[in-house]
Amino acid sequence: MTTLLSDELLANIGRQSTPQRELVTRRDIRKYAIATGNRQRKYLDGDQAPPMFHVALFWDVVELDKLTPDGVSIDSLLPKFPLERAMAGGLRIDYLKPVFPGDWLTATRTLTNIYEKHGRSGPLIFYEVDMQIVNDAGEAVIREQTTRILR
Amino acid sequence: MSDLGLSEKRSLVSVRVGDALPERALTPDNVQLFLYNAALWNAHRIHFDEPYTRNVEGYPGLVIAGPMLGDWLNQCVEEWLGDSGRLLSIEYSNRAATYIGETLTSGGTVIAVDQPSGEVQVEVFVKNAAGEVVTPGIATAVMEAE
Repeated sequence: MTTLLSDELLANIGRQSTPQRELVTRRDIRKYAIATGNRQRKYLDGDQAPPMFHVALFWDVVELDKLTPDGVSIDSLLPKFPLERAMAGGLRIDYLKPVFPGDWLTATRTLTNIYEKHGRSGPLIFYEVDMQIVNDAGEAVIREQTTRILR
Repeated sequence: MSDLGLSEKRSLVSVRVGDALPERALTPDNVQLFLYNAALWNAHRIHFDEPYTRNVEGYPGLVIAGPMLGDWLNQCVEEWLGDSGRLLSIEYSNRAATYIGETLTSGGTVIAVDQPSGEVQVEVFVKNAAGEVVTPGIATAVMEAE
């Protein structure tokens, strides 16, 4: 069976992003909690960050001319794949420590796997990205593993 | 929203496999979707530009952001746990798109209880109005013994 995955493409496995360090603020927690319809007072008041707040904290803040015409920012961690249409993916998040306003958190993303499967409707490419979030003491706070599928 | 129906204390010994988590109706509108994506800095047009979304991308309406559906699974588990437990991990996938104007429902079922460790596993979902699960997930929490 032929493969879509060249050695050059597979050589990208292990590629790591520049660590991104961000400050957790009460204001940002409040915005996130309100926008997601959260109903717990500690989150609405920004006393603690709700689960998945890290999604907002570490979303790439890109400049306008770096966005594509459809408003998407290019993920510089990823190589160019021979398939481009994104299908549903999944993720797993481990919450290891609670997050509070005033915390400085650092996220590092690693492209941990690229593989191929042959579905009934043709080939699929899977890739996995692991995001490790630590505090300034170096303790693990959140781990997020994402799998995405291209067809 | 003054009354969440949060139990003061849900004790581990009373939790059984098959217990249902309270369901919640979700009716995200343009304002909520806008605020969510603004909080992220997500400018993807399918979340706010309706002519583009319909005419260029071919969707029937503005698309609810996938991670917001994931967030609702987390909320479902945390509201059920109240102060008697802590969410340890969650895994989920976005299986189908959902659109502004739909009424969605979050909920779940306890699928495993380990009394010695206090670990509880919950199968969670967001369903669309047709009853199809659009975002299935599994969450693990730890509950206090009493």
